[in-house]
Order: sequence, then C-alpha cells, then structure tokens
Amino acid sequence: MKDRSEIVTGLAEILEEVAGVNPDDVAEEKSFTEDLDVDSLSMVEVVVAAEEKFDVKIPDDEVQNLKTVGDAVSYIQKNAA
Amino acid sequence: MGSRIAALGHYQPARIVTNHDLAGMVETNDEWIRDRVGIVSRRISEGEGVADMATYAAEKALAASGLNAADIDLVIVATCSAEDRCPNMATRVARRLGVPTPAAYDLNTACSGFSYALANADHAISAGAARNAIVIGAEKLSDVIDWQDRTVSIIFADGAGAAVVTHSDEAAIGPVVWGSAPEKGEMIRIEGWQPSVKQEGQAVFRWATTAVAQHARLACEKAGVAPEELAAFVPHQANTRIVDAIAKRLGLSENAVVAKDLVESGNTSAASVPLALSKLVERHEVPSGAPVLLFGFGGGLTYAGQVVRCP
Repeated sequence: MKDRSEIVTGLAEILEEVAGVNPDDVAEEKSFTEDLDVDSLSMVEVVVAAEEKFDVKIPDDEVQNLKTVGDAVSYIQKNAA
Repeated sequence: MGSRIAALGHYQPARIVTNHDLAGMVETNDEWIRDRVGIVSRRISEGEGVADMATYAAEKALAASGLNAADIDLVIVATCSAEDRCPNMATRVARRLGVPTPAAYDLNTACSGFSYALANADHAISAGAARNAIVIGAEKLSDVIDWQDRTVSIIFADGAGAAVVTHSDEAAIGPVVWGSAPEKGEMIRIEGWQPSVKQEGQAVFRWATTAVAQHARLACEKAGVAPEELAAFVPHQANTRIVDAIAKRLGLSENAVVAKDLVESGNTSAASVPLALSKLVERHEVPSGAPVLLFGFGGGLTYAGQVVRCP
C-alpha cells in the first residue's frame, strides 16, 4: 500500500498538470474548490487522472465526497488495487 | 463505390445573445461562462423554426453543389427539437426545396445526429438505394430551454448546417463508428410535453472526455488515417474544455484545425458539427481533399463519427 505522502505527491503532480496548481500548495487539509481553486470540471479531470495513476475506480457518485486532498488520499488508499 | 460530401451550407439566426445579455436574466457572468464552457455569444431564433433553418442551410448546400433539387432522392434531418411530431422536418424541407419524391426522414440522436445521418446517407448511396442526399442538422433549442435555469440557458442555441452527399468512385466518407451508453442515457434529458433540457454536467463531462476520445480514435483507425494526419477535427461543439480534452487525447498534429465554433454559436446539438464544418470550409481553413474527423456525442448518451475528405 502506498503511504499517504506518496499519494499527496502524486495528486500534486496531477493538480499541476490539470489545473495549474502550485505543488507546494497541495496538502491534506486543503479543499480542492475553496483552497486550490479547482472547479467542478477540473475536478473530473483530476479524478480521471487519479484513476489511471493509482489504479483505482472513483465512481461519479463518489466525486462529490472528495472535498479535501486528504479525502482523496483516504479513498485511494482504501480502494486502490 | 462510395460517397463524398459535395458541398456544405449553414444558417444561423441574426439575433446575437451575449454572455452579458444572459447576466441580466440569471445569476451568472461572462467570466464564469467563458471559463467553464467557452461560449462568448450564441445565436437565438427570432421566430425561425427548425424546418425554416434546415431549409435555408440546405438551399445553400444545394446551390454550392451544382445539383438540382430534382437530383436529390434522400433527405435526412437530424434534430431533437422538431417543432411537430408529424409531418417530419425532412418532408417539409423537401417540399420547400422542390425535391419531388425523396425518401425523407428525421433522425434523433441529439448531439451526435449529424454523423448518424451522414452515415445513413453514405450507406444508402453505397447500397444503391439513393444517388444524391441532403443531410441536415438543425435545432431550435431555445424552445426547450428553461431560461431561468442558468445551468442550461448559457449553453444551448439555434442553427442549422447541411451537406449534399453524392455517389463517388472513391469512398470519401470513412466508416462510421457509432454507438451509445444506454446505462448513462438519463444524464441528458429533454422530457415530457413542455420540455426543458436537463443534464448532469460533471458526469457527462467525464464520459465525453474519456470514452468519446477512444471512439474517435477508432473512427480514425477504421478510415486508415492516423490522428496526427488529420487536417481538422470537428467535434460536437459542447464545451471548449471537452473539445480540448478530446483533441489532446487524440494526439493531433500542431497544424490541425480544431473547430471551436461554439465560442460564437453556442451548443446547437445536432447542428453543431455541420455548422462548424461549413464555416471552416467557407473560410478555406481546410484544403479540399484533406482528412477531417467529424465526431458527435451527447444526449442518449449516443455517439457517432467518421473521417471525411473535405469537399
């Protein structure tokens, strides 16, 4: 299983690529929409990229529950193949 | 024996509705719409119906083709906003064009309609069931928009595009890739007797930016054209971010023209592909004979597309 900091780093790479977020700003307590300024469509792109990177399925219904980077890390840790 | 697009034509209502105009009607603003959808202005009917706009676009295509109305034996109108259930739009268009006895039908696969209709015409001509067809995408979505619903009123618009398709020794319309995702079919809806468009934006965005790119790649494969060889990509004009995401996944060459007519035309569903293609050709942005990938996707969720040689 990947450790949490490894997943945060991976998400930071995706956020930079998809939404131009500075990787230094990415931390577990940060909200995607409020703190990192990721809009709803970019969030979909982040989710799709995260599925590929972490070999995990993130269904449409689940996306709305991923408010913070930490939420995503927990989900990926729990569900990654 | 195959078929080719001989000529194109399009029609848009004169009335321009800008993002600033919409900001006066619902809680929205220009920056938000440009950022999320990419539309700056759209054309909205001043009374023209679907059959009117379809006829105007078809007249231009027919005139540019050099054929006469009497040469046409197949008329297909792709639309999800026909003003009446019967008679269909295709016979109304045929009557006004003076096409005497065509096979004439409407086809509803919402935003993918033009590519479905183009495939139908190609198949009919290749099978010898028709010689010259007019294929039209026409929509008056302003009739099925709840103008108080800011999630849809900023997106959809009115217009029509048409192609004259004729027999050809060389198959200049490539094999269609078509299909649907019925389990996701309810994600875009125009339901009931006083309908208004509803859609689940995020889920549709996800499908459009992932699955559709794979289907579009298959259309290139079937035509024997590598994505990097395409001169232009004319996808359904849904959203610039969807268009960009699909284009990126396809891996087009730097010189390829990517249609972004929605910036000034909005999302016109079945009309968007022929409208954008007709304008590219009118502006000589794509050389004659060059390979162009058309790809429609949307309500249903249906999709269809093919590589065609630019007329």
